Amino acid sequence: MEFVLLIFLPLVAALFVPLLYKRIKNIHTGWFVFVIPVILFIYYLRFIEMTMNGNVTTSTLSWIPSLDISFIAVIDGLSLLFSLLITGIGSLVVLYSIFYLDKKQEKLNNFYVYLLMFMTAMLGIVQSDHVISLYLFWELTSISSFLLIGYWFTRDRSRFGALKSMMITVFGGLMMLGGFVLLSIMGDSYSIRELIGNADSIIGHDYFTLALVLILLGAFTKSAQFPFYIWLPDAMEAPTPVSAYLHSATMVKAGLYLVARFTPLFAFSEVWVWLVTGIGLLTLFWGSFFAVKQTDLKAILAFSTVSQLGLIMSLLGASAVAYHVDGPDAIIFKVAAFAAIFHLINHAMFKGSLFMTAGIVDHETGTRDIRKLGGLMSIMPVSFTVAFIGSMSMAGLPPFSGFLSKELFLTSMLALRDFELFNFATWGILFPIIAWIASVFTFVYSFYFVFKTFAGKRKRQPLPKQPKEAPVGMLLSPVILATLVVGIFFIPNIVGKMFVKPAVVAMQFGLYNHPNEVAVHVSAWHGLTPELLMTLGIIAVGALLFLTMKRWQKLYEIQPQYLSLNALYDSLMIFGESGMNRLSRFYMTGLIRTYLIYMFAFIAAITTIMLFVQDAFVVDMDSFSALNAYGVMTAIILVLAVCMVLFAKTRLAAIIALGGVGYSVALFFVIYKAPDLALTQLVIETVSVALFLLAFKFLPTLKRHGESTAFRFGNFVIAAAVGVTMTLVALSAHSQKLIPSISEYYKETVFTEAAGGNIVNVILVDYRGFDTLFEIAVLAIAGIGVYGMIRLRLARKENSDENK
Amino acid sequence: MEFVMSIIIGILFMAAVYLILSRSLLRIILGTGLLSHGAHLLILTMGGLGGTSPPVLAEGVTDYADPLPQALILTAIVISFGVTAFILVLFYRTYAEHQTDNMNLMKGNDEHD
Repeated sequence: MEFVLLIFLPLVAALFVPLLYKRIKNIHTGWFVFVIPVILFIYYLRFIEMTMNGNVTTSTLSWIPSLDISFIAVIDGLSLLFSLLITGIGSLVVLYSIFYLDKKQEKLNNFYVYLLMFMTAMLGIVQSDHVISLYLFWELTSISSFLLIGYWFTRDRSRFGALKSMMITVFGGLMMLGGFVLLSIMGDSYSIRELIGNADSIIGHDYFTLALVLILLGAFTKSAQFPFYIWLPDAMEAPTPVSAYLHSATMVKAGLYLVARFTPLFAFSEVWVWLVTGIGLLTLFWGSFFAVKQTDLKAILAFSTVSQLGLIMSLLGASAVAYHVDGPDAIIFKVAAFAAIFHLINHAMFKGSLFMTAGIVDHETGTRDIRKLGGLMSIMPVSFTVAFIGSMSMAGLPPFSGFLSKELFLTSMLALRDFELFNFATWGILFPIIAWIASVFTFVYSFYFVFKTFAGKRKRQPLPKQPKEAPVGMLLSPVILATLVVGIFFIPNIVGKMFVKPAVVAMQFGLYNHPNEVAVHVSAWHGLTPELLMTLGIIAVGALLFLTMKRWQKLYEIQPQYLSLNALYDSLMIFGESGMNRLSRFYMTGLIRTYLIYMFAFIAAITTIMLFVQDAFVVDMDSFSALNAYGVMTAIILVLAVCMVLFAKTRLAAIIALGGVGYSVALFFVIYKAPDLALTQLVIETVSVALFLLAFKFLPTLKRHGESTAFRFGNFVIAAAVGVTMTLVALSAHSQKLIPSISEYYKETVFTEAAGGNIVNVILVDYRGFDTLFEIAVLAIAGIGVYGMIRLRLARKENSDENK
Repeated sequence: MEFVMSIIIGILFMAAVYLILSRSLLRIILGTGLLSHGAHLLILTMGGLGGTSPPVLAEGVTDYADPLPQALILTAIVISFGVTAFILVLFYRTYAEHQTDNMNLMKGNDEHD
């Protein structure tokens, strides 16, 4: 079977969810949904043996062949690992949600449709080999995440969080699309594997760094890196299963996946190594530091997620160094790749279980506020155990899986210190120091999370609900995850062989031929190494800080609210909205005159500029015909009449002067041998003046409406500019005739072809009869319009009379 | 002669634009009238003013004025007449409804902002 179709299985299943929800009322809809990820999980397990041997399999579904766009699913170590995480944790989350969401009170059909949509999107991201389909799935995760965060859409905070995450991730997604387009232009292919194959031609290209930065923007916004992490804490308004699934285990790792996937292409760039490592470390520190400040259980976990994602990101950056170093030194940076993937797995496990316990606490006590909680250990022993295991793993203590990956992390950061490329020699010493400080804070917030919630005394204030242990079904998923967290500690090398090494081979394409070449052996006791000493330091300082928390927590009040990144985001949004509003109010005045000024000024300016820029202004005196005494006299009369129109004090004078202008134009037609025109002009001018006079009785008197001198002067300047422009255009156009007139043809054939003598009339009705037809139509329409306008008024008046 | 005509056209355009930019609707309509005169004369001038005989077939004449611009202007005159008549009625109706021809007062009301 083509496994590319399996990506769409959840989406197709989503179509049946509303049906099942509406028809089968007594079974929780989640049970039907549960089947889908389980089937997929079992299916993907089959591929493990294949990737362990370093093999890759692809499957193609053609979509738009003429544009070379198709769905290409590739299963290699990296995409298999992610697919298993998505479907595995997906199954557990669905199981958990069955007990978490009440089937009577919640709109379950919405929830599971969004969740299945999300599952398809994630599977699509990790398996796509085609950049355009990757982008498609990428945006689908943004949309489904938006829907899931806003699941309780009647709450303001939910809508705010959903919108914020949408704005930031879609911004990143669009940047990433730009990067993909540049890449496909440079590498002349849409396929990621082919692009990596063409790396040589891409690396030297001018757009290389730009594409790199754009793609990183996509990865950073999705994976909540500094300074784009701000959407993640607000996304905690989502139901807890969603937070556990999207905002800890899967979606936020899409950015990490992207970075890992493109490492073989971009690792050669200095910018990449610096940005990925630097931003990763900064995020790691920032997230861990601010997690201690939070009082909401889920907010602590959100900041801790941000921090852990930063950790993995910095490891991915360090792993890129492996492409620059040869020989025995290289092994240490290959460890970084291993550590990144290994920690990614561990994080998905323990963070998933922690979110689920936070959800259980919320569900059973009615609050997530850590200040109201305490002393739940004896009431909720199972939840406590799970939370304890998760937190200790997060803090990096043995015997939990987090310990192993954190040791590897410290090893990699220590190795960066000695790396002497790209100025690392100067700044390298900072890497292990920041990593160490961040680990101390990680230790503090992990303890803070678990002990402030479960240990200590019960608070005097009664909780919203009488606390009790959660039902078995709800505990099942977190217990499974916690078991894995402990289990991985004891069998790290089996996990490494099955999942991590094939993923590393995919991620560091070109460095290995077979997963077995990834020579990393993880052991809990690795000798008295510097990293072990660092861990001991972390425990000592962390414990000290945790015990004295109350004394130094005032530190967080130093940063004023208005200087935070959230305030920056808010003011950007407000500024964007009000700024644009003010801008459009500024130039859209609602006055026709303003818009006419824009148009006239633009016409005059652009025409004049182009005349001189293009050297088109030419006056050729020889092409002009001789002065004609009658013509000059008529011109004088016309100018006088125009002045009369301009300066007329009464409307009667103005109308008569306008008539004067019309009659002098008719005179011009006589002088320039245009008898038909003269005739028409005379008649029409007479009728026009008659019309004006007919309406005279109804028209207002001529008033200036208090036009000031400055107002008139402004009008005069623009009018003069337009007038001069027209004169210049007329002169140059006449001076440079490029081709002879086609009128010779009309003159020669008017009698032989059309049997007429009056050439103008023959043109009107014979050669160019269509013009005349539609000109008649114009007159007819104008006539109907005039009639309609007068009738319409009567009709409305009658109506309004009836209303009275 | 084309030189003089070009200047006349410029003056007509200038006067028309000046009137169109004013506050009184009546003056705006006067301006559109001048604008169409300017455009018609421009077409005529661009065709050349050198012809010595009207474009009607006659024995022994070879130097006819260019008939094509004349046909174009004829069409334009009729169309601009139709439009002018329509605008005039529109103006009349506007004035009857609003009792003003001050463009500043015809901004639409705040409800439509």
